[in-house]
Amino acid sequence: MAEVFHNQQLASSNEKKLNIALVGNPNCGKTTLFNALTGLRQKVANYPGVTVERKFGDFADSEGTKFRLIDLPGLYSIASRSLDEKIASDIITGSSPHEPPLDLIIVAADATNLGRGLFLCSQIDELGIPIILVLNMMDVAEKEGIKIDVQALSENLQIPIIPAVAKKEIGIPELRQAITTIKNQKKNPQKTGFLFSNIEKNGVVKPIISWFGNAHKMSAKVALIEALKVISDDKSLQRWTANSGDHELNGLVQKARESFSKNTIPWEQVEIQARYDAIDKIINKVVIHRPNPEPSLNDKIDRFLTHKILGPIIMFLVLSAIFQAVYSWAEAPMELIENSIASTGEVVRHYLPAGMLRDLLVDGVISGVGAVLVFLPQIMLLFLFVSILEDSGYLSRVAFILDRAMARIGLSGQSVIPLLSSFACAIPGIMAARTIHNTRDRLITILVAPFMSCSARLPVYTLMIGAFIPNIWFGGFFYLPALTLLGMYFLGIVISILSASLLGKFVIKGQSSNFIMELPPYRIPVWRFIFLRVYEAGSAFVKNAGKIILAISIILWFLATFPRTDSANNSNNIDQTYAGQLGHFIEPAIQPLGFDWKIGVGLITSFAAREVMVSTLGTLYNIQDADETSIGLRDAMKKDKNDITGKPVFTHLTALSLMVFFVLACQCMSTLAIIRRETNTWRWPLALFIYMLILAYSASFVLYQTGLFLGFT
Amino acid sequence: MTLDDLNPGEEAVISGYANEITDDFRLLEMGLIIGSKIKFIKNAPFGDPIQVRLRGYDLSLRRNLAKRILLSKPFLTS
Repeated sequence: MAEVFHNQQLASSNEKKLNIALVGNPNCGKTTLFNALTGLRQKVANYPGVTVERKFGDFADSEGTKFRLIDLPGLYSIASRSLDEKIASDIITGSSPHEPPLDLIIVAADATNLGRGLFLCSQIDELGIPIILVLNMMDVAEKEGIKIDVQALSENLQIPIIPAVAKKEIGIPELRQAITTIKNQKKNPQKTGFLFSNIEKNGVVKPIISWFGNAHKMSAKVALIEALKVISDDKSLQRWTANSGDHELNGLVQKARESFSKNTIPWEQVEIQARYDAIDKIINKVVIHRPNPEPSLNDKIDRFLTHKILGPIIMFLVLSAIFQAVYSWAEAPMELIENSIASTGEVVRHYLPAGMLRDLLVDGVISGVGAVLVFLPQIMLLFLFVSILEDSGYLSRVAFILDRAMARIGLSGQSVIPLLSSFACAIPGIMAARTIHNTRDRLITILVAPFMSCSARLPVYTLMIGAFIPNIWFGGFFYLPALTLLGMYFLGIVISILSASLLGKFVIKGQSSNFIMELPPYRIPVWRFIFLRVYEAGSAFVKNAGKIILAISIILWFLATFPRTDSANNSNNIDQTYAGQLGHFIEPAIQPLGFDWKIGVGLITSFAAREVMVSTLGTLYNIQDADETSIGLRDAMKKDKNDITGKPVFTHLTALSLMVFFVLACQCMSTLAIIRRETNTWRWPLALFIYMLILAYSASFVLYQTGLFLGFT
Repeated sequence: MTLDDLNPGEEAVISGYANEITDDFRLLEMGLIIGSKIKFIKNAPFGDPIQVRLRGYDLSLRRNLAKRILLSKPFLTS
């Protein structure tokens, strides 16, 4: 490694960007640091085929050199045990197909949590890439009585260290300067890590170090690292023994392993143990800790927020307030968006000549754009609250309190907020699943969230219950319509719980998080970062899911408009259109559920959004401006008779069957689009659509046929 | 004794892991190694998980996992 930067020549010509990765433990303020360096010039995408986010931003130093900063997922280790770690460690070691080799690694560490940060840093320092260690949150450390001799630490580790408070931009100019300094260094100092401890004198490790020194001409430091790796990991051992076919190394390693095990250290843990031992020794030399004898402010807050009785009560109030806000505050902007879209449509309709193009623009494109934008208020509101909860530290307390309940279905407390949000709308709920650290838990949460009865199902429930469920009181306490509504919500919850267990056991492999979760200290959120995340969530939805939603909207518009029967006055005879024909076509298939072709048409059009079912039925029954409370629509549905049999089209049983179908079926293109965005593959949304369709069909089938058999009508 | 047996406010030193835990390296990587001091802070309101403190940070873990973390004799700290 002669040069620090493998593309130094290119760097000076300002043509190519130098690649820097930002690595650090979760909760070390890495994102704050990233934002401080790149500002708003950042891009977010996914790595192909996985849920792991790829985030990068560009910046330049005072000499005009351009850098690309890649923000890697929060890590405790680069041992690549989880998907996040695998992607990160591939990038760090330069074996990722998605990122170029790195020129520099910035390791961020929490100054109050130095040991854990240095553990990760020690692994990265062995890779031979220049690194800078940023000690973030120095102000908090000082407050807690932790004094770090940065100079001494830097000498011990032989890496540049920048003390910082990223939130207040303290240390950022120094970090930029350090990046420039390293860029201009001609030689890359031979990096071999700072892992030195008593272990190299250990009688059983020493022969292995010598073996590497003799057989592979390794320096003592490098040999020590390799020795620890072969002792602790069979794969590392096989790499060396397979190459040389050497039995000597094998024998030495077996002897070392036995010796460690006798001393109660399992051989698999030797490397980690040795690293921490070395780090703790360095920390003892450079850190003075005078802990504050008073209980910290943090503990005082926790006395209330995770109190045995107060904790759950406060949490219930906070979550209720949030969901109430997502529901009700979003209403006004959603209405505003719908109205603006409608008036934009009117304006276009007014100025364009009648014809296909005008209809495509107004009814297809503009209303399709409306279908995308209408989600924004809920998404942005929920992300506002979730970001505040997460950045303040309260989100992990919610998970802490509710973990017990979620553990039963194989998830963790972190799934609570995404699932609860899905009662308002699955779209923001699924996006909020980003706060779940474990990949497996996150995927399961995304896939069961659509079973929660969202607000778009409510109009359908309201219409059906209002028209067909009699207003009966049981014992003066239970009101049948309310019970029915409750039953629909309950059904969704039960099915989501069963599905989560099923998915966890049989479909989605990978280790459950086991809920090892940090409880970060409470912090006051930084508003500009909160707004940045809200903006990111909104733009990710519009840019990715938006395209799909718009495309499907146009297709659905096409189906519900063509072929034209009566183009003179433009009245839509929907039963003559492709959608109408499709409704007739699927009638035999849905008849066993109690549905006629009109419901069939509604099932097709309501794929745009569930509540479209109501307006479609309104159109089919020729009711002007029908909504779920229209008496006219209810009456028309009650009076409707089958053309052939003369029996009523809708019965109590049909209504129940249709509601159950709506609980279970994924009648929502936007949900599928956002799952595509979040999982980065069509596989999961398609599988979920089919799974939910089968469930919905079976449940409605069993309900309707059993009902008929028992003589209900 | 194990981490699960500690009472709130008690502190002890990790002396090892019950056998099965060797395949769960996450705890080790987070610094719960042999010789680390660990303090039991509190139970979650519904009894599980538990909150512990080590190396200057707080961690939440489930009881079934805490049962596998072996400890030396506990001592009380202020």
